[in-house]
Amino acid sequence: MTALPDFRTPRWATLSALLTTSVLLTACGSSGEGSDSGSGRAKSGGTLTFAVGSDAGCVDPQQVASNETIYSVRQIVDSLTDQDPETGKIVPWLAKSWDVSSDATTFTFHLRSGVTFSDRSKLTAQVVKDNFDAVPKLGVLGALAEGYLSGVKSTTVIDPLTVKVAFKQPNAQFLQATSTHSLGIESSASVKKTPQQRCSDGVVGSGPFVLKQYVQNQSITLARRTGYAWGSSLWSKKGEAYLDKLVFKVVPEAGVRAGSLQSGQVDAISSVGKANEAGLRGSQVALQRRANPGVVFGLAFNNSRPALKDARVRQAIRYAIDRKQIADTVFPTGTRAATSVLAHTTPDYTSLASNLTFDAARAKSLLDQAGWKSGSDGIRTKGSRKLGLTINWIPNAATNQPALELIQQQLKSVGIDVVLKQLQVTQLAPTLQSGDYDAAWSNVTRADPDILRSSFSTQLANFYRVPAGDLDAALSAQAATTDTAKRKQLVAQAQESIVQNAYYAPVVELQTQLGVSKKVHDLDFDASSRIQLHDTWIG
Amino acid sequence: MRRYVIKRLAQAVGVLWAAYTVSFLVLDYLPGDPVTAMASAGMDSGQVDPEQIAVLRHEYGFDKPVLVQYAEYLSRAVRGDFGDSVSTGRPVTSTLADALPQTLQLTGAALLLAVVLGGGVAVVATYTARRWLRQLLLSLPPLGVSVPTFWVGLLLVEAFSFRLHWFPAFGNDGLRGLVLPALTLAVPTGAQVAQVLAKSLLTALDQAYVETARAKGAGRWRVHLRHALRNASLPALTVVGLLVGQLIAGSVVVETVFSRDGLGRVTAAAVTAQDIPLVQGVVVFGALIFVATNLVVDLVHPLLDPRIVVASGGKAALA
Repeated sequence: MTALPDFRTPRWATLSALLTTSVLLTACGSSGEGSDSGSGRAKSGGTLTFAVGSDAGCVDPQQVASNETIYSVRQIVDSLTDQDPETGKIVPWLAKSWDVSSDATTFTFHLRSGVTFSDRSKLTAQVVKDNFDAVPKLGVLGALAEGYLSGVKSTTVIDPLTVKVAFKQPNAQFLQATSTHSLGIESSASVKKTPQQRCSDGVVGSGPFVLKQYVQNQSITLARRTGYAWGSSLWSKKGEAYLDKLVFKVVPEAGVRAGSLQSGQVDAISSVGKANEAGLRGSQVALQRRANPGVVFGLAFNNSRPALKDARVRQAIRYAIDRKQIADTVFPTGTRAATSVLAHTTPDYTSLASNLTFDAARAKSLLDQAGWKSGSDGIRTKGSRKLGLTINWIPNAATNQPALELIQQQLKSVGIDVVLKQLQVTQLAPTLQSGDYDAAWSNVTRADPDILRSSFSTQLANFYRVPAGDLDAALSAQAATTDTAKRKQLVAQAQESIVQNAYYAPVVELQTQLGVSKKVHDLDFDASSRIQLHDTWIG
Repeated sequence: MRRYVIKRLAQAVGVLWAAYTVSFLVLDYLPGDPVTAMASAGMDSGQVDPEQIAVLRHEYGFDKPVLVQYAEYLSRAVRGDFGDSVSTGRPVTSTLADALPQTLQLTGAALLLAVVLGGGVAVVATYTARRWLRQLLLSLPPLGVSVPTFWVGLLLVEAFSFRLHWFPAFGNDGLRGLVLPALTLAVPTGAQVAQVLAKSLLTALDQAYVETARAKGAGRWRVHLRHALRNASLPALTVVGLLVGQLIAGSVVVETVFSRDGLGRVTAAAVTAQDIPLVQGVVVFGALIFVATNLVVDLVHPLLDPRIVVASGGKAALA
């Protein structure tokens, strides 16, 4: 999704745009045009060279949040559980089984025996405890991992292969969190190091690959772990991985990545944008795509602003956005218009497509009802006030600006004046926190519906100033239930509340798109639209 | 001569201090802060915990008054300690030391190519009697200066790497990996060398001593190379000093396009992350190289042209 950087703009802007573009860009999806996995017979050996757009400057899975780096470091560690990308179901990996208390406050994991780390130390309940005790100390450096464990009361070793994690409050999302790279289990020796040491030297895991070399901004090299025998229950191959070696090269320029794949200098590339699709089609390359689970790209309103307090105004904006046009003109092929606040790849997603239709007439009549009358210049007014909206955005995806410019046009045609305000990446959090904004262009990747609670509960940060009400009850209740049917129903209720009240205007699903040489087979997305390379082979 | 050198060194120190101070002030003025940058690296949204940011900011000392921070950084910098990078935790000096050889290779090769190609174009253009060839050659430098470097880079990669497979498209591997990036960087630089050299060659060829040399029976090539070029190369040499600074700045673009490790990439990353200690290190280091090159150029001048003597007041004739 990186565009060609324009070096004629002032250097600061260029540099941050260039880098952040590649840093944040992650996309994901169900496999696309002709990934011919499964043809021929799988064989061991070979090296996979994968060009990614950026380097997070860190090779510790518990600290890394950028997909481009997760692709590599994910292969070093195993997790307690895994998540089925088709069903969203949590399945065994390092834990053979688990028990969750009925109030979703304690989680007891029964570990596999015979698992070792690449430094030959053994996986025990104590190692898991060491990991979970150390995570909160990562603080903001490991914000994802730390967030998954927030509210943890204690981690207790029950016996050498049984470990119990207890929370102060119900925390149903924790089970899914144990399947992520962020809570990948590292050896006790690794978690004792400082966060900075773990970043630069790497960590010891029990995963199917071992870190061989990390050259910052250049490459991450991994080698197959011999004797590996404790893969996820989702993987088709038992035992060791097929590939001998994985080399992740950092290639920031999207055009160079695409050309390198076409000319056979690399076997796979990340972040393929619309601009490079045409060049890659028809060659010995398949485009693989999957929508990122979590909160879709959309307008996060400051629901406490005078004009935006009125649900009719927010709903009018929701109706005035032509999602299909935005998805088709700006985003990579296959990108779906949003059909809920959650992407369709998120567990417990509910389609609310009928609420998210484009209906300019409806938008106009809602604005009329709310007392905003058409002005002479086409912009609506109420008394002496104009109906205007400033949208804050950060350049973390090349698609942000064109998408927002289209939204600007679409809203203008119903009488809403939109100003786009670009912020530095570092300015967004303080701006949201201060509450001094109208709307922000946003999305969050997470393969668990609890992400709605983080974003919309009035009991947490409540960046969007959502008024307290029924939504809170549904969000808290879904976090406290272990009954999957009941949770699904509560999550559906929460999605309906957010979309119908238009607390957030969903626009498009972020899609991860990879370019993969046709000689590479079974390079698969996981539930979070990242990749697992244990089953991947070259032939 | 000794006073001249001492004065130049004092000037160099002044430039370094100014570079340090200005970059510090600019970084401080920018919105956001390094700790938030670090925390939100790779996160989809702005969902970072403000309280934790405050804790971390305190740990790194970013909550101290600006003047205190400045004084602390500067006093350490004077002793050669630029602290640790905020984004990687590695010492700034070792980060720079690792990146330096790659960039020196790149800029060194580019400078060599620029002088050879640019010089060649200038000499042939001013020597040839064929009008069309002269016009053609003289139109190259303005073109070379005006095309964007990244575009030249992508064009070269497309032709020589993706189509012909002669050179790798990215990476730091050996001499073959150096060719395309050095050539890319040499285009604007060589163009400037050619422009300046051609102009002063044409001027020199009009001078009386050239007539004298011709009258004494010297051949055309001999007049052109021995007499005119020698005199014309002085302004070009002065430009080379400035070009070194440009080459280092240009390495940001070239190292990004060609995915090479080096000072340019370090700079780009440091700027994005608002990694203050690292940016400070890069700025001072860049200024150091620039100042040193210009010092060398100034000292070489009198050797090339004995008429340039260091005035007793310590003021260099060409400074």
